[in-house]
This record gives sequence, C-alpha cells and structure tokens, in this order.
Amino acid sequence: MTQLALVIDLNVCVGCHACVTSCKEWNTSGWAGPMVDQNPYDGSPTGTFFNRVQTFEVGVYPKTETVHFPKSCLHCEEPPCVPVCPTGASYKRPDNGVVLVDYDKCIGCKYCSWACPYGARELDEQQQVMKKCTLCIDRITDAKLSDRDRRPACVLACPTSARLFGDVHDPDSEVSIAIRERGGYQLMPEWGTKPANHYLPRRKTVMHIDQDELTRVDNPLRKEDLTTYTGEETLDDVAW
Amino acid sequence: MHPAFSVIFLTTLIGAGQGLFLAMVTGQLYAIARFLPVQADRFYAVGSLVALILLLAGLASSFFHLGRPERAWRAAAKWRTSWLSREVIVLPIVMALVFAYGIAHWMAWTQPLFRVGESLQVDATLLLGLLGTLASFALFVCTAMIYAGVKFLQEWHTPLTVVNFTFLGAASGFMLAAAYSAYIGNPLVTFFGTWAVILTLVGLISRLAHLSRNAHLKHKSSVQTAIGVRHTAVVQKAQGATGGSFNTREFFHGRSESTAGTVRLVFLVLVFPVPILLIGAAYVTASPTLPILAFVAQYVGLMAERWSFFAEARHPQNLYYQSVA
Repeated sequence: MTQLALVIDLNVCVGCHACVTSCKEWNTSGWAGPMVDQNPYDGSPTGTFFNRVQTFEVGVYPKTETVHFPKSCLHCEEPPCVPVCPTGASYKRPDNGVVLVDYDKCIGCKYCSWACPYGARELDEQQQVMKKCTLCIDRITDAKLSDRDRRPACVLACPTSARLFGDVHDPDSEVSIAIRERGGYQLMPEWGTKPANHYLPRRKTVMHIDQDELTRVDNPLRKEDLTTYTGEETLDDVAW
Repeated sequence: MHPAFSVIFLTTLIGAGQGLFLAMVTGQLYAIARFLPVQADRFYAVGSLVALILLLAGLASSFFHLGRPERAWRAAAKWRTSWLSREVIVLPIVMALVFAYGIAHWMAWTQPLFRVGESLQVDATLLLGLLGTLASFALFVCTAMIYAGVKFLQEWHTPLTVVNFTFLGAASGFMLAAAYSAYIGNPLVTFFGTWAVILTLVGLISRLAHLSRNAHLKHKSSVQTAIGVRHTAVVQKAQGATGGSFNTREFFHGRSESTAGTVRLVFLVLVFPVPILLIGAAYVTASPTLPILAFVAQYVGLMAERWSFFAEARHPQNLYYQSVA
C-alpha cells in the first residue's frame, strides 16, 4: 500500500514561510479553496492555513538554538480524526493514504479537530467546513503534470529543500531512506496515531581536530635542525 | 477547550429532559407497586410534554454548534464508529418515546395488554416508559462518550464523565419533577425531592472524584514530544500567525484562571448544597415555590458545571499555540 507523506528536515529549514505562502496560493485557488481570511489588513488578521511555520527556542541564553518548525496535517496511518466524524466527510484515501475532508458532506461540528492532537485542522470561517492539508491532492494525482511538478506546492517552493515528498511505505523511496539514515522521527508518538509525516532532527556538524594534526610533534626535521636562531623564522613557522 | 454555549445548553437541557422523563416513569413504577398513590394520566402526560420541550430545546441549541446546520441529517451516517453519530440517532428515538409515552397517558391507553404473574398489568404506557428509560440511559452514555471517548482530552477520557453526565442530568430532572409537583400542588413533591437529593449527592461524589482525578492528572504530551526536541528548556516564540487562528479560538477558554476558579466554585455551590437545602426547607415548610427555586438554582449551576468541564480540559494541540510574538 502506498502512503504518501512529507519528510521535513529541521536541520535546513530556515523559517522563511515560503511553504506557507505557496500552500495558501495553490490551495486557495484550487480544489480545496477558498481559504478565507478575516481582517487581512486589520488589527487581528486571521484565516485558514493548511501549513504554518512555528518557531521554538531551545535552551537558555546564551546557549540557545532557534528551531523553525513547519506544521501541517501528518496524514496519520491511524488517523484519530476519521472514525469520530459523524458524516463520513473525513476519510483516508485507500490508494495513497492521504487524509481528506469531503467539503460537501462536512457539517462543521468541529469534532474531528478535537480528535487531532496536532491541531492540524482548521474550520474555514466563511465556508464553515473543516479544512486541512490535502498534500495538494489535485497536483499529485494530476497525470497531466510532469514528474517534477507532481508534488505538493510547499515542496516545490522550499528554497532549502527542507521538504521531501514520497511514499514512506516504499523502502527505497527518497523519504524512506531519509527517515532511515537521518534519524527521522514522528510527532507525539505517545498517542499511537502513527503519523506518516516525519521530521529529520537538527544536527550539528562538528569537526574534531587533534593538536597533533596542527603541529607535528615528531617532525624529523626538528631533530636534524642544528640552526641557532636569533629572531628569524623558525622551523615551526615554515613547516609542521 | 472553548466552552460553546450551544453545547452547554444542549447537554444540560437534554439531561434535565431525560431526567424528568425518568422521574415520570419512576413515579408510575412506584404507583404500580402501590408505594405511591396512582396519579391521573394527565400528570404523566404534562410531565412528558415538559420533558419533550426540554429535549427539543436541546436539539435546537445543538444546531447552533454546527457550521452547516442544513446538513445535520448527514450526521447519522457513521454510527459504527462515532459517538456523535450515535447521539444523533438516539436523541430522536428518546424524543419519539417520550412523546409516545405522553400521548399514551393523555389518551388513557391504559387497558392492560397482558399480565405478568398475579398482579402486574402491563399496558402501553408501562412498555413505552420502560423503552424510553432504556433509550434515555443510552442517550446519557452517547452524549457523555462524545467527550469521554476523545483520548487526547485526558480530563474527559474517564468513565467518571459518563457517571457525571448521567447523575447530574437525572438529578436536575428529578428536581424539575419536584418543582412541577410543587407547582400543581401534587404531594409527590416529597418523593421526587428525596430522589433528587439522593441523585444530587451521588453526583457530588462522582464530580468531586472527577475534579480530584483531574487535579492530579499527568499529561502524556509535552512541548518536547510535540516537536521532538529533547531538551528541558523549549519555549515557543512564534505560532505562525499574529492574530490567532481557529486553533487559538477553539481550544482555549479565553478567561483568566481566577475566572475559571470562580465558575468552579459557583457550580459546586449552586448544583449541590443550594438545591439540597432548598428541598429540605421545602419539606419542612411545605412551600410550593422552593422546589422551583431549587431546580432553577441547580440548572444555572449545571450550566456553570458544563462551562467548567470544558474549561478544565487541556488539549495537546495547545502545546503548539503557546505564544504569538
């Protein structure tokens, strides 16, 4: 079975919100739209988003790190939001594992949002139906698009390639390899929701250099050097 | 969680309606067993009518919770998995049975249909009353399981939620039955009042048990598991929106902790000691108005109780919505 998902690399996400805006742009004018805003130019602007980039600070100053954290529906393999839906509007596509909402069946009771621990679902204030990330279902299932374009808008927009897209059930896919080899993990594993989306952890690139590698203590020239130095360049200045 | 008034009215109104119906049936059963004088059919019929009005008012209120109320009929579809769907099915069944029970009494369809043992004459009202009782209990379970069934809301995910909904609903219904009896000058006010006090006391025990459980609750999720970073100090600096979102409106009660504490105190006073004292005073003074006051006080208290029930629930998604900056 196919399970399409995103793998988000927190090590390279710079928090630019390009995925947020391109998601909104594509989906507000596409199958899932509109994604309506209220007071967009006023004091408290609010609106429907499928994807948000949040920022967390880890540690205590001065030993702090800023983690930019893109958050969207994780397309759980055990989606708790689906069985609670009284109308069947919320469903998981059997062919590719994407969790979707049928906007023509949704009654806007918000019960599915209570049953999602991740806060991935948002009620559209104008349409009064529940909305969420579709993994750009209208793009990724469009056979007319080239392979390059048949990916979610957020993935195409990311300037640092922090977002990978693919089938996490295929062990040889780019996403599966990334999860396997780069420490991919799931959010809130304690609930047993088995999110399909994974995150790649922050990694520090540390180079370890021994003093030996900088100054060669057993340099044979040093033993053979009989010069008596009077302020000029020594052997240590010209060779290691 | 954000306490929505539509849901507060829904759960308290249908709770009182179911409880009043249960009180009517209990009165009839006691009369059959000759523990109580037999009442005129009109007494049960009017009582059922009041119960039906409460159930209808609750149903009407629930529509205000929906974004698309015109599609509400679709909600009966997924009864195999969704407690909300089950409630949507059981509520009309209860209403139909309450209506039928009231009509059967009004039309005096009390000719015995068959006989059990020596003396039990089974008529249409008794059958409908027993069916309605089963349906009312099923409705208490369905309504409460909507909340108790969501494992992410650990404050609600306990059998105590079902126990509270059942006993507090039944208590307010019996309280209303006492008020109704007092209003029409029926001596059954003592009977219903006694049961209302007993049910209120059981409700007090289970609600206090619920409060104490929640006070010691250890939440499964933390900001560390939410973003998967292992560090003792993780603080949110931005949530991706400056003006709030559905997530900040639906999952926070939006009041100060002191307000929530005050509401808790208000419901603990209005739901439990005040009606019990009023019923006791009514028993001593034979007052026709005090039981009515007892019901009104308890109902207002129950609205505060439901508000508090929502406000005390902490959703794990809130971990992602700690800071706007």
